[in-house]
Formats: sequence, structure tokens, C-alpha cells
Amino acid sequence: MTQQSGTAVLSTEATADALLVATGISKSFGNVRALQDVSVWLPRGQITALIGDNGAGKSTLVRVLSGVHPADEGSLTFDGSPVRFASPEDARTAGIETVHQNLALIDDLTVWQNLFLNRELVRGFGPLSFLDRKRMQEQAEKMLSRLSVNVPPIRSKVRRLSGGQRQAVAISRAAGWGSKLVIMDEPTAALGVQETARVEELVKGLRADGMTVLLISHNFDQVMRLADQVWVMRAGRLAAGRRTQDTDGEELVGLVTGAITS
Amino acid sequence: MAEAVAVGADRESLGGRLRDIGFWADWAAVIGLVALVIVFGLASPSFLTLGNIQAMLVSAAILIVLAVGQTFVIATSGIDLSIASIMTFGAVVLGLLYAAGWPILLACLVGVVAAGLAGVINGTLVAKGRIPDFVVTLGMFSAASGAALILSDGKPTQVVDGFLLALASGSVGPFGYFIVVAAVVVVVAHVALFHTRFGVHVLATGGNAEGARAMGIRTGRVRLAVYLISGVLAGVGAILLVSRVGAAEPAINTTYLLNAIAAVVLGGVSLQGGRGNILGPVVGALLLTALTNGLTLLGISQYYQPLAVGVVVVMAALLMRYQR
Repeated sequence: MTQQSGTAVLSTEATADALLVATGISKSFGNVRALQDVSVWLPRGQITALIGDNGAGKSTLVRVLSGVHPADEGSLTFDGSPVRFASPEDARTAGIETVHQNLALIDDLTVWQNLFLNRELVRGFGPLSFLDRKRMQEQAEKMLSRLSVNVPPIRSKVRRLSGGQRQAVAISRAAGWGSKLVIMDEPTAALGVQETARVEELVKGLRADGMTVLLISHNFDQVMRLADQVWVMRAGRLAAGRRTQDTDGEELVGLVTGAITS
Repeated sequence: MAEAVAVGADRESLGGRLRDIGFWADWAAVIGLVALVIVFGLASPSFLTLGNIQAMLVSAAILIVLAVGQTFVIATSGIDLSIASIMTFGAVVLGLLYAAGWPILLACLVGVVAAGLAGVINGTLVAKGRIPDFVVTLGMFSAASGAALILSDGKPTQVVDGFLLALASGSVGPFGYFIVVAAVVVVVAHVALFHTRFGVHVLATGGNAEGARAMGIRTGRVRLAVYLISGVLAGVGAILLVSRVGAAEPAINTTYLLNAIAAVVLGGVSLQGGRGNILGPVVGALLLTALTNGLTLLGISQYYQPLAVGVVVVMAALLMRYQR
């Protein structure tokens, strides 16, 4: 082990500039206690990874943070003020966007239509509002311009895009609306090596632009490559927290399986 | 980069496009219509006369209006099996109110409202009741024609009125009012589907309802709205039908139902939803009308017409498997 002493252990006490602080979150579904007293925080402008085995509570925690399930107990502080999300719309309004594994893209609509889905720009007023296609297409170009390679053609239907391009569209959409936190659920799970590298570049690009990212991943190498900080879940509880510079893949595996207890 | 180029290479040469079966699939309805016009034009000298073309357009008008309503429903991956029954129901309401001494315009309006209400019932059951579209509208198919029979006691109501006569026989230049009404419906529907937020949400609901909901689109409201549109257009069809026949008949008219769906399919709208297009179903409706008209002109027994329609629709569906 690279670190035996307690110095590397990340405290669940948030630093002053944390964007999101979750304290004492518990959530049960019937008799199943999915989350028990989980406290985590996300440093502003950094990439935080959330890892853990299947059923460890990662998804439930993400659903609590993105407003899908309200927590039974515990509190959330986002951007300095206490929040309570009753629906995904609430979380979105606050500035939290989630890229789900199924991406929520509409295959038969174009890239720009997907980027503006339910946020369409219109001209006119009331019942005589018509889509401002030109302005949406121009802004769509800008939203995708941060992708240096593998840029999907904005007038192409999403059906024709590669897996990596689809992921890029979904991430660009999540990042493109003044959101402060983007949560990504296994963004490279279905991708090949090259496309994974491109999506990772995109995620780094978001950080370079000052975005805060929460990344759910099963891939420890990816976590070590991308993340600044890691939270490990095990059996519905927070098992450990680490700065990635103070840990390695081997320790993370140990923390996930329970071979190492922090 | 290579990928982006390959995806972006939409502009092929004309020769290349003609060899691509996808091109034929995309334009199946137009090509079919042109082929029919050539064949019938050669076979029957009266087919391409101005009078016959006008007659065809007039008789296509009701089918076009119904097909447009059906297109909205099918674009959300639903189907409205009750559209022709609701038209019959609207026609009977119109006829009875007129017979009861109501002014014709008010009778027409209430007929349309009644048809729209039937659509709202469809939409509510589909959206809120979470019953499959097929089952809900199959029930409405029966219920609306039943209501028409009960209200009218199974008897047709004569509607002889100056306004409806003028609607059936008058024209703007060479275009009869029926054609004008159908054209207005088509233009408004096209704008609604492709130039409004509502239209995008219709296609999103049909293409990926779960994804649309995740983006905050209220898919239940969208489904309700498309059935309302379908019902109201069935009501507009009812006015045209009463005007054309000169009476409100409670008889079930399944030909209109099947042809409305066939026109939408011919127009390249996927029954799986998510893909929509207004001009395609219009061409589909014109094609079906030309087919029936041409066969009649050639003196072929009308018993062969449903067979011909069936063959054309299935052939078109086969070709559309290659749609891009």
C-alpha cells in the first residue's frame, strides 16, 4: 500500500469552496436500505469519481443528487445554499444536469434539435411562435466547437452518429445550458478504446472550462486518469474518500471490495 | 475526421442516387403517383382532363384531411382507429342539430367540437389511463359509430343548405372549396409539425418517449394534443362529407379509416413513430384516389379496388424497408 497512515484519507468535512455538499443522506425502498448516512462533497471545478460495486448505492446517490428520488434523511447544499429537489426539473433549474446511460437522445431528430430539445428557441409570441432554426443551428455549432475531433455534423440525424459522437452530443447538451454540475453515469461503458479516449478528452475539456463533474465509473484506470477526487461506496455506505494523487488503482480495488477498510 | 466526412457525404450525384434503393424508398409515394398518372393517362383519354383532375382532387380532400390527423397520431407512435367513426359521429351531430333548426354554421361548429371531444377522450385514456392506443381507439371506433346510430336512430338526415351546397360546388379559380380547405389544413399542419416547439415534441415523443420525458417534455400532454387534432380534423372531414353527400349518414365508413392509415404509410411515416411528414401522406392520399378513379374510368369492377389498394400499400411498405 502506498499509504498506510490516515493522512491520505479524505475527510467528509467539505472545504469552503465545495460546489455540492451532501450530509447524512439516507434512502430506503421498502425494507431495503439503499443509502445509510452518506456524506460526500464535490470540489468546485474538479472531477470527482464515484465508484463501488453493483448495488453499492452509486445509482441511488446519483438519483438523490439529480432530484429523481428525494432523500429520506440528510441535507443537500448546492452552491452555498441549502436545496431540496422534488423533481429532476428542480435539480436542472438549480444547475445540475445528468447524462444518463441511455443518453435521452432522439434518434430521428438532428443533432441541433437534440441539443435544443425542450429548450427550443422561437421567434414571435404566444401561439404564433415559430422555431428559430437558424439561430439554434448557429448556437449548436458553438456548443459543439469545444470538441476538437470527432465533431458530429449538426444537421445529421443522431441515428447516424457513432457511439462516441452520441455521447459527445449528450454531454455537450448537459454542459451547454449554464449548468454548474454535470453528472455522468458510465459515459464510456459502451465505447471502444479510441472513442473512450475522445470522451475522456471532452470531460477534461469541461474541467478546463471550470465545470464541476461527478463521474460514475467502473473503470479504475479511467478514474485515476480523469478524476481529482474519489468517493468509494460499499453496501449503501460511504466506504472511503481519496484524492487521486494520494492513491492508486490497487488501493481503490481494495476499498471497493472491502479488502481495505479506511 | 474520416467518420465525420462519411456521415456528412449526403450530396451524391444524381446517377448515384438513382442506383440507391434508399432514394426510391424515400420517394415511393411520389414515384407511385407519377407512374399511376402515366399508366392511366395512356390507358384512358379522360383521365388527364381538367374536369377529371378537379374531381379527383375534390374526392381526395376528405381523405387528405383525415390522413393529416392520422399522421400526428402515428408520429407519436400511436394509431387512431376511430378517426372515420368520429367523422360519422360528427356528421350525425351536425345533421341532427341542423334538422332541429340550428343555424348551419353553429351546427357545423358543434359537430367539430363533438368530434374534438371524442378525440380528447381517446387522448385522456391513452395518456392518463395508460391503455395502448390500439385498444383505446378500437373501443372508440365502436363507441362513436354506436353513438351515431343511437342519436340518429339509424336513419340518414337530409341536410340541404345553401352554405354546404356552395362548399361542395363553389370554387376559387379552378380549385373547388374542398381543395382549398384541404390545402389550408395541410399548410397549417406542416407548419405545426416542422416550425413549432409542439411539432418537435410530437416527434420526440414518438421517437423516444422516455428520453423526451427525461428532457422535461410532458409526453402525456403531447399524446392528448395529437388525439385532439385527429378528432377536430375528423370533424372538419364530417362537414365536407355532409356537404358532399347532402345528408348525414350514420353508416360506418371503414374505407376512409383504412385509406387514411394507408395514405400515411404510403407517405413514408413510420408506424413506430418519431418520423413524420405531412406532404408524404397527402401524396399517398392522392395516389389512392387516383388509383380508384383510374380503375373506375377503365371500367374495372369496383370489387377490384380494395384489392388494388391492398397490393399498392404492401408493395410500398416493402420498399420502405430500405428508407434511409
